[in-house]
Amino acid sequence: MTAVLKTPQETKRNLHGRTVDDRVAPLGAALGALALMSLLYDRLLPLSGSLGFVVCWYVTFVVLYALVSAYRHPAPAVTDRVAGVLIRTCALVVGGSLALVIGYVFVRGAPAIIHPNIFTEDMTAGPHDPLTTGGVLHGIVGTAVQIGIAITITLPLGIGCAVFMTEVGGTLARLVRTVVEAMTALPSIVCGLFVYIAFLLTFDVQRNGFAASLAISVMMLPIIARSAEVVLRVVPNGLREASLALGASQWQTVRKVVLPTARPALATAMVLGVARGIGETSPVLITAGYTTFLNANPFEGPMVSLPLFAYTNARSPEPLLQTRAFGAAAVLMVLVLLVFLLARLAAAGRRRS
Amino acid sequence: MPSGKAHVTTVENDRPRRLRVGRTTGDRVFRGTARGFGVLVLLIMGGIGIFLAVEAAPAFGEFGWGFFTTVEWNPESGALGIAAVLVGTLTVATLAMVVAFPLALGTALYISQYAAPKAKRWLIAMVDLMASVPSVIYGLFGAYLLQPEMVYVSRWLHDMLGFIPVFQVDTDPDAAVFAQSRYTASALIAALVVAMMVLPYACMVMREVFDQAPQGEREAAYALGATRWGMVRAVVLPFGRGGIVGGTMLALGRALGETIAVVLIIAPLFEIKVRILENGTITIPSLIATRYGESVGIQLAALLAAGLVLFVITLVTNSIAAVIVTRGRSGADTEI
Repeated sequence: MTAVLKTPQETKRNLHGRTVDDRVAPLGAALGALALMSLLYDRLLPLSGSLGFVVCWYVTFVVLYALVSAYRHPAPAVTDRVAGVLIRTCALVVGGSLALVIGYVFVRGAPAIIHPNIFTEDMTAGPHDPLTTGGVLHGIVGTAVQIGIAITITLPLGIGCAVFMTEVGGTLARLVRTVVEAMTALPSIVCGLFVYIAFLLTFDVQRNGFAASLAISVMMLPIIARSAEVVLRVVPNGLREASLALGASQWQTVRKVVLPTARPALATAMVLGVARGIGETSPVLITAGYTTFLNANPFEGPMVSLPLFAYTNARSPEPLLQTRAFGAAAVLMVLVLLVFLLARLAAAGRRRS
Repeated sequence: MPSGKAHVTTVENDRPRRLRVGRTTGDRVFRGTARGFGVLVLLIMGGIGIFLAVEAAPAFGEFGWGFFTTVEWNPESGALGIAAVLVGTLTVATLAMVVAFPLALGTALYISQYAAPKAKRWLIAMVDLMASVPSVIYGLFGAYLLQPEMVYVSRWLHDMLGFIPVFQVDTDPDAAVFAQSRYTASALIAALVVAMMVLPYACMVMREVFDQAPQGEREAAYALGATRWGMVRAVVLPFGRGGIVGGTMLALGRALGETIAVVLIIAPLFEIKVRILENGTITIPSLIATRYGESVGIQLAALLAAGLVLFVITLVTNSIAAVIVTRGRSGADTEI
């Protein structure tokens, strides 16, 4: 009886969460490493600069952390902690560099994009005019027109082809799939070179926006067809069979069951493909030509797009033009972020249903 | 179970009636249209491939095997070869993968095994976003922010490891005023930027495969007393081996074809060299991007031939990647 009464003093061990040791050990190791490095760095090591300091501090931190852990824990736990630190660092470095890339473009582009004229004017202004005149309107229009034409060409073709590969099938479908997969390996610059030779040189026309759209289409088509096929393939076969068993024809099954089921995922895949098309510079570089003037007609005369504008001006030694390049890149980044947000929203729709 | 057996034999005698399914007119139209789309895409894609081969053929005919062994690209003297360009392309892509592989692996492991479930969605979105950032933005970042910083890192590497041929640079690192320009526009800087660009592609594939690691085996490892890393090593990594190799190959394929970021950083130099810290290198995409405008006739065919060689290399890499990803145990049904 008394023995039973004593048991309530036992407390249940918390299996989740972290112990004090788990919390304090990395903190202590980090502080210790910082102290050690501020003492030794510059005096003993053949290093200088802040980057070297951070690297040395990090290495010392990992070593100290391993030593501190080895005090109280067996070898597997020490390995676990060190591995955990290294893996978290990888994710941190990747996330940090992404933030750095995007942040840097906005910081350097800020002097250009704070002036609203960047959205309303083209570069009729000379290269030495201040940032309060001139803008990238021609680039925005060019990007919109080129990607518009490319979407019109690739979306129906790509989705139609994907439907053929998943719903109709057969030997021919396997051949189409092999060729489409092979063409995803085509480097984007070769897409541009292909259109340059097959379209511009063969028909002896000046570089124009339509050629750029064609080059983007050649690049996007295999990407879109392939990702659409992947999305359609994960539609559960049970749904198709249920529909067919209820007496629906194949066309009804595809239209009323397969495509609606896949719609959000399909939208996400398409939007991501379009984002690739918007950002790709190399096919446009060869086919679009460069102009400083607004040109909304894709069939006549050169037509610049945002990435091409950024690329061309970034190669200029003129600091003002470089700032404009960063401005265009920032606008492009906003565009891609918007498109990306659209894809996320489509994906959110998928989760809800 | 004798009665069950008897039952089974009678079922075996029962043969399904042959059903003849006539397709409705709508279905025939649908299948025809879908097939039409498929054939159209096949014709376009196949046509491009054949066109590239046909247009590039004169270059192979003109230069023969010399095309692969000639170092210089000199249209004036008629000496066009891709030896240096090919070496440069492979150097940049390999270096990029050396940097990208551990980072992609670590990030994929973090997202699939370490991150809190709530954060996971955002982290996946982050990797997707990283893949959608336009190449010109990576190029600007590399040329204007990374390059000035990397000059000092390169000099330090040269100073410390200069005895290894790869890290040699044709200048004195200890000079009072060191030759900064010798360390700019190098293969290493280009490779770092390319690594950032291709990393998300490798990471995506790896993360997806790691996520499929069988829950039962993971729990079994924990139940046997494994730490988190012990579980990852014993279950997730062996299971995801196909995805690791496949994702890396896929990223390598993209690294080989990267153009704009490389053009913005490197200084073109037609020379076979493995000194990654030194100014100047050249890759096939940047060769095409910088030389297409001034090329006519046989030079254009040679550029196209270089592009075709690159296409074949990426195609082989991607195909191997696809085979490895699908062949691995990944995706096999091993739920307990």
